[in-house]
Amino acid sequence: MVDFHGWNMPINYGSQLSEHEQVRNSCGIFDVSHMTILDFKGKDAKEFLRKLLANDINSLNEYFDGLYSALLNESGGILDDLIAYKLESGYRLVVNCATRESDISWIASQVGDMDVSFSERTDLSMIAIQGPNALKVLSRCFNAETTSELMKKRPFEGLMENGTLVTTTGYTGEKGVEVMIDNEKANSLWQKAIQSGASPVGLAARDTLRLEAGMNLYGFEMDEKISPLECNMAWTVSLKDKERNFIGKEAFELKKKTGDHQLLKGLLFEDRCIVRSNQEIFFDEQKTKKGIVTSGTYSPTLKKSIALARIAPSYRETCLAEVRGKIFTAAIGQPRFVKEGKIVF
Amino acid sequence: MKDIPENYKFLSSHEWARLEEDGIVTVGISDYAQDQLGDIVFVELPELDSEVNQGDEAAVVESVKAASEVYSPMSGKIVDLNSSLEDSPEIVNSSAFEEGWFFKIEVTDSSEFENLLTPEEYSEQCED
Repeated sequence: MVDFHGWNMPINYGSQLSEHEQVRNSCGIFDVSHMTILDFKGKDAKEFLRKLLANDINSLNEYFDGLYSALLNESGGILDDLIAYKLESGYRLVVNCATRESDISWIASQVGDMDVSFSERTDLSMIAIQGPNALKVLSRCFNAETTSELMKKRPFEGLMENGTLVTTTGYTGEKGVEVMIDNEKANSLWQKAIQSGASPVGLAARDTLRLEAGMNLYGFEMDEKISPLECNMAWTVSLKDKERNFIGKEAFELKKKTGDHQLLKGLLFEDRCIVRSNQEIFFDEQKTKKGIVTSGTYSPTLKKSIALARIAPSYRETCLAEVRGKIFTAAIGQPRFVKEGKIVF
Repeated sequence: MKDIPENYKFLSSHEWARLEEDGIVTVGISDYAQDQLGDIVFVELPELDSEVNQGDEAAVVESVKAASEVYSPMSGKIVDLNSSLEDSPEIVNSSAFEEGWFFKIEVTDSSEFENLLTPEEYSEQCED
């Protein structure tokens, strides 16, 4: 167990490798109640979030649909990444636990005279159920109607059942859902899911799963000095509505125009080594620094060492890293290694 | 913690040494160490026939969590390697004191064995 920003959380429940494989091959269940849930209401809630978020919540058509977005500061750096949901009562943001306090004070400071208020939903727990067998497990946890509705959902959609929000989102690259549920009901859902074949997964496997899926972790791929352009998140910044002015827009557009920035890439090492975050990346043996590893690990699916790295734009297909005095070569590719159990690098 | 075999001795950095009959010492890492490291994914073994001194870095064990040096508990020549660890490093997790051994040393000074921690001393250290 480890103190994770004030939450007592398991690194693993046994073996992190078998937990990882369980999610890729069957079904894993994660207690992610440490995530911060903020509900917004008020006549100006929509207008406020269109200013606050780099992605445009106007694209949320149906209730309970979700949208991945960055929260930017004025200079276009990332304060957090989050998912915004459309509710009947307004909107919900699910933000990181590490950034909870800074997010809340930043958001509060942006309200001004708009008619919008937000509150933290500490009455809710959050459980993720992920993997190819997730729907089978869910069919034993929810009634037939809910299950059949869930089967029809595409990624980033959702439904509400008796105050429980179930959304087709996750942090593993597998099919599955995240469930926001009353604290009183959470334990019973957890037990039911485990009886139905889900295995509990700790923080360590959560990290290797998200890294294989090429999903960013705040504080590693992103921070307040990093632009969405530098962490493979430009696609989440919506410039479609030219009239919309969101925080950080000007800085983002300027950086995009000059093109003078690094890019997030995926690295795959053939030889046995593990590179870890903050390790330098070179293009040649002169060791001129050309980039930095943001996250690196052993990939249980590829059985090789993988990394995400922020590196200078280049047509090169390989780069170098030094581990314990030896130089290792990595193939450079897109920052994504595994999707729904298949190797995609 | 699992029971520590009686005829083993230890470095405080969690390596074990087992004195074999013919002046050979087998080396591995303790069950406590493998448990702290978590799932082991790579083991880098020393060169066969290379010479090591007591306390020298001789191997590297890497888990998903962290990399860790393995120091030689004795001085001598590396005469055998557990090459099955290259393809199946997880053996160290499942059998740290037996099948998960790293290398064997032909020792130059068997009295060095006496400077190592006894199982009691080592387990006390792990409990601290």
